[in-house]
Parts: sequence; C-alpha cells; structure tokens
Amino acid sequence: MNKVKHNPLNLAFAHVALITYTIIALFPVIVILINSFKTRKAIFRDPLSLPNSDSFTMVGYETVFKQGDFLQYFQNSMIVTVVSLFFILLFGAMAAFALAEYRFKGNTLMGLYLAIGIMIPIRLGTVAILQIMVAGGLVNTLTALILVYTAQGLPLAIFILAEFMRQVSDDLKDAGRIDGLSEYRIFFVLVLPLVRPAMATVAVFNMIPIWNDLWFPLILAPGEATKTLTLGSQVFIGQFVTDWNAVLSALSMAILPVMILYIIFSKQLIRGITSGAVK
Amino acid sequence: MSTQDRPKRRWHIVIFLTPAVLVYTALMIFPLFGTLRLSLFTTVGQEQIFIGLDNFRTLLGDERWSNSFWNALKNNTWFFVIHMIVQNPLGIAIAAMLSSSALRFSSFYRTAIFIPTILSFVIVGFAWKLILSPLWGIAPDMLDAVGLKFLFKPWLGKEEYALTTLALISVWQFIGIPMMLIYASLLSIPDEVLEAGECDGITGMAAFWKIKLPLILPSIGIISILTFVGNFNAFDLIYTTQGALAGPNYATDVLGSFLYRTFFGFQMQLGDPNMGSAIAMMMFLVILLGVCIYLFGIQTRMRRYQF
Repeated sequence: MNKVKHNPLNLAFAHVALITYTIIALFPVIVILINSFKTRKAIFRDPLSLPNSDSFTMVGYETVFKQGDFLQYFQNSMIVTVVSLFFILLFGAMAAFALAEYRFKGNTLMGLYLAIGIMIPIRLGTVAILQIMVAGGLVNTLTALILVYTAQGLPLAIFILAEFMRQVSDDLKDAGRIDGLSEYRIFFVLVLPLVRPAMATVAVFNMIPIWNDLWFPLILAPGEATKTLTLGSQVFIGQFVTDWNAVLSALSMAILPVMILYIIFSKQLIRGITSGAVK
Repeated sequence: MSTQDRPKRRWHIVIFLTPAVLVYTALMIFPLFGTLRLSLFTTVGQEQIFIGLDNFRTLLGDERWSNSFWNALKNNTWFFVIHMIVQNPLGIAIAAMLSSSALRFSSFYRTAIFIPTILSFVIVGFAWKLILSPLWGIAPDMLDAVGLKFLFKPWLGKEEYALTTLALISVWQFIGIPMMLIYASLLSIPDEVLEAGECDGITGMAAFWKIKLPLILPSIGIISILTFVGNFNAFDLIYTTQGALAGPNYATDVLGSFLYRTFFGFQMQLGDPNMGSAIAMMMFLVILLGVCIYLFGIQTRMRRYQF
C-alpha cells in the first residue's frame, strides 16, 4: 500500500468531508454542554458563545440535584448494565462452548433455536413478559430488567462466541483432557481466556442498548427507586420542560457519564468491533 | 471429538446449555407465544374469551383501526427508506475515507463520529428538539447567518416535515454502526488483493468501486437487515420527542408507538392488551417477511470471497 502515491487533492477532500461531519456529530452535544453552565438570559441571547464570568451559573445543576435523585438513577443503570452483561457473557459462553465443542443429537437444531432471537426483537413479547413479571412479583425491581436484558443479549452472544470457540485449537483442549482436567476446568481455565477479545465484542454490542433502553424501564420498572438514568432523565425533563437551565443540566448529567466511559474504553471498543467477529 | 468415546459422562453438555436455554425460553420464546395467544382472545369483564382471528379482522377491517395501522406502517416504511438512502451510503463513504492508510487523525474522526451512537434516545431527542425549536432559535439563527433564514420551518411541528426530520435525527444518531462495521470489513481486505489491482492500474476511486465494494457487499447486506429490524422496532426516539401520541396529528406514528398506545392506552382511551398483541404479531410478520426476503432472496445470491 505504501508504494502508491496518494492524490493530495483527494486526501484534502477527505479531511474537509470528515471535519464537516465531525462538527455535525458533535455540535448538538457541545451546544447542550456549554449552555447548561449559562444563565437563562445568556442561553437565549447568545446560545453559541461559551459561558463567561457574566453568564456563568450552576443554577440548573442545583435544581437537578435538589429535585431528581440522579445518583440513584445512575446506580440503578450501572447495576442493571453490569449484572446483565455478566450473565450474558457467562451463560452465553457456556452455551456457545456446548454448541461449538460437543457433537450431540440436536446440536444444529439447538443452534438454530437459539439464533431465532437474533432476528426477532424481544419487545414483541412485552405483553406476555409484563404478565410473567406481575405473576412473579418482579414489577418495579431491577431483577426484572436484568432478566429481560439477559434473554435479549443471549442469542447474539452465543452466535458470536460459538464462532470464536470453534477456532480454539483442539490439541490444547485434548492436552488438558489427558492431564485429567474436567470439562468445566477446560472451559473456565483454557477456553475462556482465549476468547476474551470476542467477549469484549459481545460486551460492547450489548452495553449501549441496555444502558440506553427506555421501553422496558418504562413498562417494567417505572417506580422511583428503580428508575434507570435514561428513564429518570426522561421523566425529569418532562416535568421541568420550561426550566431551560434544569433541562440542559439534566441532559448534560445524562451525557457526561457515558461520554467519560466511552472515552476511557474507546480503544477497547474499536478493537472489539474491528477484531473481525462481524465480517 | 474425544468426548464421543465416553457417552455416559456427557451430562456436562446439559449443564453448559441449561442456564442460557432456560432464560432465553422463559423470557423470549415463551412470551412470543404468549403474545400470539393473547392476540386470539378478547377480554370481557374479567374473562379471556377465544375469538380466533377477530382482533386481526378488526385491525385490518375496522376503519378506526385500519387507518391507524396503515398510517403507522406507511410512516415506518418511509422511516426505513430514509435510513437506507441516507444513513448507509453516508456510513460507507465515511468508512471508506477513514480506511485510507494515508489519512491522519483517523482515530479522532472515528471516535467523534461514533459519539452520537452511544447517547440515549432521551438525550438525542431532547437535544434536537431544543436546537430545532423556534423558541430558542439556534437553527433559524444559523440559517440566518448564511442568508437562508427563509428555509427555516418548525420542522418537528409540521405534519409534512416531522417524520423525515425524525428519521434524519435517527440517522445522525446511528450512523456510527454502519461506519464501524464497514470500516472493519474494509480493514479485513488483504493488501495483496489491492496491490494486484494497482498492478493492473486500478487505484483510488476505481479501486473502491471495482474491488472494495464487491468485497464488502455481504457486510452491506448485514447492515441493511440490522437497519430494517431496528427501524421496524423504533419507538424511543418518537416517544421522547413527540410523546405517545406521535404528533403532529399522528404524522410520526410508527408501529412501535402504535403498539405502546394501544397496549397502555392514552388520555381517554383504555389500554387493550389483546389488540396490542395483535399489533405486535403484525410487527412480527412484517419483520419475519423482511428477514426471509433477505435470507432467501438476497443472501443466497450474494457472492462471497475467501482469502
């Protein structure tokens, strides 16, 4: 590739196009962030300027902290996302290992059965899921959300992890068997560490939709104690629609944790996605 | 497989499979059948009475229902069309530019353009609602700065623009996904193939159209079907910007918001789980139809190259 001479004009065009799109992508986020630190007057008079000593204020954030329990929402979102990811990865990897490693009657059928869920959105079962949760007394608990998200994430997790587990060398596993390792130890000690990149991919693909979901929190856990950050900010903004300082601050509060997590993990995220699982 | 020699000790397979199969069956497959069952019943007083396909007859035959249903399906289709003609070509173009080896700062562009994708619908919906609001005036002021103020309309409030505006907001949010997947598959094209093309004098744009594009067609297929399934499930963005009524005058009603309104009710109308289930089953059929067209009509005809 390095031998080819790149047309500098093309390259300049690419930079112009990419910078333009980057501005489009970031503009709304930046507008929200800078205006959340400005007084109401400044928000309306000069929405595109940075806050200065005259217009700087934290009044919006004060309202948010007084009126909404954002720490609680954040904690709920964290618990739901992390626990769901844990179960998706554990159960998914176990099932993927069974499908990839052993030949047994019904293996293909089981694989197909588990793959149906990739194409069919779990939302279509909402009516019945709600009835199950009501019957089980799980409405307004984080457990309900964790169970649903685990079921939602499993099909794709199993599909991707099984592909990767087929690539783990048989010799290694057979060597483990000769050394007297049980099938469980082979799975946990030999195979799992080898498919870590695939696990990262699965985690990334599941994390964003779980964190951002509005449908299931709205239906299964709308109570104050179990509101996730997404639902919490939706409700808060709905109540404070005319208080622009509060709305902009609430939006910023919802943006910041995700942005920080994303910037910390963006390297792993890109590597996960580009590692070739979804070619 | 060595385990075949020891058929008696294979219950570990059961242990490996059980948790996943249990959770998946209980909360995914079983509820789907539950929805199917509910859609065949109606509630009279406290009792569920079997009425066969009557709910579907009402949904498609009774004008009050069928108008809403076809309106939602039509809007949903337009929503999908906008994604296919804006999001995916734009995503491919950005990925193609990013994958050029001579481009600097590509990881910065990649990170920045992916940021909207990580944000929740609530943030995206309200942020755009504020920016497009005639009250705040960011959008009209910016158009004014380039002398195009006459172009400004309250886009989210007008029936004829609202749906397209929402679709474009959704494109803005999700463009990161086609970009990343295409970027990954462009990177996986071996250098030898491109070098062989160069020897034959195929470089630059020609290399993209003649070598890279045919090679990434399977990824484009996957993106299209992901977009299809995602779009026909859309609800969150419409709910956060336009509310459950999907205004103005149902101009932005899609199948997801129609389902939500029917199931939970709104304002004066009571929720109806049975009709809601019937709508969910129609969504299921639409998605199944799309997936089948893709699997049997498109995927089997696509050529795959192995390196």
